[in-house]
Amino acid sequence: MIVTFLLNGTCVEAECTSPTETLLDWLRETKHLTGTKEGCNEGDCGACSVIVTGEDGAARAMNACILFLPQIHGRAVRTVEGVSGPDGSLHPVQREMVTHHGSQCGFCTPGFIATMAAAHKNGAQDHDDQLAGNLCRCTGYAPIIRAAEAAQSAHVPDWMHEDLSSLPDQPAPVAMPATSDELAAWYKDHPDGTLIAGATDVGLWVTKQLRDLGDVAFLGRCSDLQTIDVSENTIRIGAAVTLNTVREAIAPYHPSFAELIRRYGSTQVRNAATLGGNIANGSPIGDAPPALIALGAILHLRNGKTRRDLPLEEFFLEYGKQDRAPGEFVEAVSIPRQPDNLRCYKISKRFDQDISALCGCFNIAINEGVVTSARIAFGGMAGIPKRADAVEAALIGQPWDLGTIQAAKAGFEQDFTPLSDMRASAEYRMQTAKGLLERVYQASQGIAADVLEVRS
Amino acid sequence: MSVHSPAPHDAGTLHVSGLARYVDDIATPPGTLHLAFGLSEIAHGDITAMDLSDVRAAPDVVAVLTAEDMPFANDVSPSAHDEPCLATGSVHYIGQPVFAVVARSHLAARKAARLGKIDYAEKPAILTIDAAIDAGSRFEDGPRIYEKGNAEAAMQSSANHLTGSLEIGGQEHFYLEGHAALALPQEGGDMVVHASSQHPTEIQHKVAEALGIPMHGVRVEVRRMGGGFGGKESQGNALCVICAVAARLTGQPCKMRYDRDDDFVITGKRHDFRIAYSVGFDTTGKISALEFTQYARCGWAQDLSLPVADRAMLHADNAYHLEHVKITSHRLKTNTQSATAFRGFGGPQGMIGIERVMDHVAHELGIDPLAVRRANYYAPGNAGQTTPYGMQVEDFILHEMTDHLLATSDYVARRKKIAKWNAENPILKRGISITPVKFGISFTLTHLNQAGALVHLYQDGSIQLNHGGTEMGQGLFTKVAQVAASAFGQPLEAVKITATDTGKVPNTSATAASSGTDLNGMAVLAACDTLKARITVFLSTYFDAPEKNITFSNGSVTVGDKTLSFAEAVSLAYTHRISLSATGFYATPKVAWDRIKGHGRPFLYFAYGAAVTEVVIDSLTGENRILRTDILHDAGASLNPALDIGQVEGGYVQGAGWLTTEELVWDTKGELKTHAPSTYKIPAASDRPDVFNVALWDAENAENTIHKSKAVGEPPLMLGISAWSALCDAVSATGPNYADLQTPATAEAVLAAVHRAKA
Repeated sequence: MIVTFLLNGTCVEAECTSPTETLLDWLRETKHLTGTKEGCNEGDCGACSVIVTGEDGAARAMNACILFLPQIHGRAVRTVEGVSGPDGSLHPVQREMVTHHGSQCGFCTPGFIATMAAAHKNGAQDHDDQLAGNLCRCTGYAPIIRAAEAAQSAHVPDWMHEDLSSLPDQPAPVAMPATSDELAAWYKDHPDGTLIAGATDVGLWVTKQLRDLGDVAFLGRCSDLQTIDVSENTIRIGAAVTLNTVREAIAPYHPSFAELIRRYGSTQVRNAATLGGNIANGSPIGDAPPALIALGAILHLRNGKTRRDLPLEEFFLEYGKQDRAPGEFVEAVSIPRQPDNLRCYKISKRFDQDISALCGCFNIAINEGVVTSARIAFGGMAGIPKRADAVEAALIGQPWDLGTIQAAKAGFEQDFTPLSDMRASAEYRMQTAKGLLERVYQASQGIAADVLEVRS
Repeated sequence: MSVHSPAPHDAGTLHVSGLARYVDDIATPPGTLHLAFGLSEIAHGDITAMDLSDVRAAPDVVAVLTAEDMPFANDVSPSAHDEPCLATGSVHYIGQPVFAVVARSHLAARKAARLGKIDYAEKPAILTIDAAIDAGSRFEDGPRIYEKGNAEAAMQSSANHLTGSLEIGGQEHFYLEGHAALALPQEGGDMVVHASSQHPTEIQHKVAEALGIPMHGVRVEVRRMGGGFGGKESQGNALCVICAVAARLTGQPCKMRYDRDDDFVITGKRHDFRIAYSVGFDTTGKISALEFTQYARCGWAQDLSLPVADRAMLHADNAYHLEHVKITSHRLKTNTQSATAFRGFGGPQGMIGIERVMDHVAHELGIDPLAVRRANYYAPGNAGQTTPYGMQVEDFILHEMTDHLLATSDYVARRKKIAKWNAENPILKRGISITPVKFGISFTLTHLNQAGALVHLYQDGSIQLNHGGTEMGQGLFTKVAQVAASAFGQPLEAVKITATDTGKVPNTSATAASSGTDLNGMAVLAACDTLKARITVFLSTYFDAPEKNITFSNGSVTVGDKTLSFAEAVSLAYTHRISLSATGFYATPKVAWDRIKGHGRPFLYFAYGAAVTEVVIDSLTGENRILRTDILHDAGASLNPALDIGQVEGGYVQGAGWLTTEELVWDTKGELKTHAPSTYKIPAASDRPDVFNVALWDAENAENTIHKSKAVGEPPLMLGISAWSALCDAVSATGPNYADLQTPATAEAVLAAVHRAKA
């Protein structure tokens, strides 16, 4: 199969042996473009970062190690070699990285350069967030951030422009439905097939579990799954909307959800990962479901021409099992419009780019000092994302004070029996879930309760 | 003048352009084969049957090797010959290489390696420090003990006593470039190996043994590593040996790189420790007696554990003068990865032991831990005080450094401000701490303190530089090139830096122990001086000028009132048949050490530093952050202040990571559960301190080191202890009890400490 895309400004037709051949392997082994490095082969270190530009013209840093070649069909890829000018002259971020001693061993550096150049092209200046997905073990990051700051006002070099119109119109190399109707038809015919959206999870099935996925369909061109519709009553988000897009879209309505998504994966992961994927994979530690459940989100499923809706929490049946028939897929999720009372708290060993030990989302409404409604959902506390029914019941109708909070904490023992694993012990998860409830209260009283908001 | 200037890393432009080549980037000849190991799935047992038929039948598999296929030595140990490359009948940890697949692609090898069917007769596995103590499972006959004065008697007469114990977690190196090797078979059975190794000579040695040929038949080349941190001192032996053996067998080039998960599971990490202490002290916090018992979890093979554990003992005093002290060290053998070198090499573990004692004593007395630290500092300068191992401390500069840092960091005022803030905030608490570093510089195995260099002058005046040190990002090549350029009065660009090559400089020591610049810089200077002397003698005769009037500077050679370009001088020497190639050699003076007695001078000198860190914790969740760090570090007369500050910044963050988010978790079967960056969390960009002020202490080394500089590779890592100590301080603001914070201080560990403080 032939995948056609722009590589460092030049049209290439890549013959790939399998639809799950990664861009990284192809770059390094077929093209001998060895600037892009393999650091972890699972999208966690960023050494393989490249810049992908799609139809919307936005430059996105992505992890080439878990990016399958068909995902870049019809797009533009720029590697570190193409961040330098055609005559070898350095891009401003490259120049400043040398000037500020931003490389030591140099192995992570090409990935940093790709991510920095993408951020630079987009005018982004939130450097810590932009670079949260690039790990460096040598420098302690200080000189890298200094370099990013020094480069931020420089002009974007001309050679960074991607002209997708120069790409010939080539047929899709594999199943790449352009609409949800096409997808529904394909999935009806291939109920055992695998749908690949951002591949930030499925990618690891290939790179780590070494699985052969059989029939696959890529959702990247399914345009009607990538829309966000805000109406008077709902915010409807298509399943294939990426997390970075969700973050931007949700920020005006539920800023704490947007802040949670800021800490979801990394720039590269959020540029690929989709909201539907985060739901459909059924992970008990996905970060979006607890927030969505707390907001009372409705899941829209589709099987062939049949559609059905259900409250999101009902989709998750037990660990590894969802209420989804073969051939059925997540089409969208709708959030009812509501006053913003949502507070999302993610607990992980590292603040950025870490999987939650637990994630608590609280949607508590108070009227005249009394709790009038409470929807509380947690990830990491059970085999599925789950509501804290007993805690909710202990709050509703009670005065919003510390006494109520302390009494309601006992509800967690009824609601959850968390596990111990490498991320946290069961005991810590339980204590901290209670602590997060108290944080909601303390914060509502104006008491500082979030270390991320403290400055020296 | 090239030295003492902030030249950028020599490969900086290559790094940022993606053009710097690492082992996996080297273009391979056609027919290159790829290897992967099949790994043990149990922590301890005998192999009763091995069915590798599915492995052999897998697509693109060329050969499968087991221990029986090793033609000569089957050993990759750097020390005790106790580490077979492929398991011989029994397995000793989950992840131990049992067989090797040779295939036509990396992916084919990885896929096939999972198809082995191995039957085991399982044996009890010793996984923890407690289990090893109970079973008496250890290296060496019994504990090593270093003693000074009479700790037992002094303890009895002490006014106050405390005991305690600290668990100290290990650390995965997480070099961004995983282990990789490429073996290229040569005519006549010789072998060339490209390795990602801090120790090319050891690779050469182990490969020669495995191939049954003299060392002269093996040439090892290392241009650079994508990070080492000690993890590539011995741990690359296995890949190089198996690639060489497979290359010999097949006659084809053989290459291997570990997938990241394999790298985590197979290779050794920093030793985790437990340090129990008993301390006697007066009302000012001055320590009168101290006993440490250090337990090091060494893993299944000896590797470098003895010198690591020795160095932990040698840093049990850190910056503090102890009259009566006893240090007992147990080196425990467990069915886990063989713990290995990691930046600091046991020093950080030993050092945090006494920093913990300082904090504990201060808490007991209710005084600022800084006061306890200062009450116990060695006396300034050379006051004749000795370390617990009998070495005289001759240049103790921490008093001046501490005063300076206290002023620049505004420590006293901030400490007051923090106390006030804590009183006003019920949930979040801040903490601040200053901790010092005194780190001994030299290999404790004295004979390793030597280095060689080979410098060529070509007739066009260009300079080629070879030495035994390896470049892993620390900037060694840049610094040593500065030494050479400076010696000849040439610009840095005139010096060509080359890959480390066992064919150019033989019998090198590992680039380790922070010694790279000290040793290789001096060896290169010796070679340059030899060449300069030859040219000077020649020019003196040729121009009939006194030698003292001949100088090399500013790109020229001045002979009395004549000025030649350097190229002209070299060319003239060449045409007059002067040898323009020279070796240089350096052996560190003064060091003499008896590791069994625990007495002598293991180090040429000490490098010093101090850090003030401020943190904030959440008493509801244990979450914590570093808010501000101020560092003052002693790099002597820095050869390159920019690179040295880079080492300090990076070392601090790596040290803080070790003590906070970096948690290694094994399950009860001995399987490492944190085997990828998804589960093992090194610091990310936002984990560095919000405010991060780093300065170098501007003073020459009292010893005659290369241009009076000091080693800077390892010492800054231990500045990260201040972050942990500040967390202890913050936790102590949540309640009256001693919080007994352990390491790593994850959110979970901090919350547990908060509960102890409040209880």
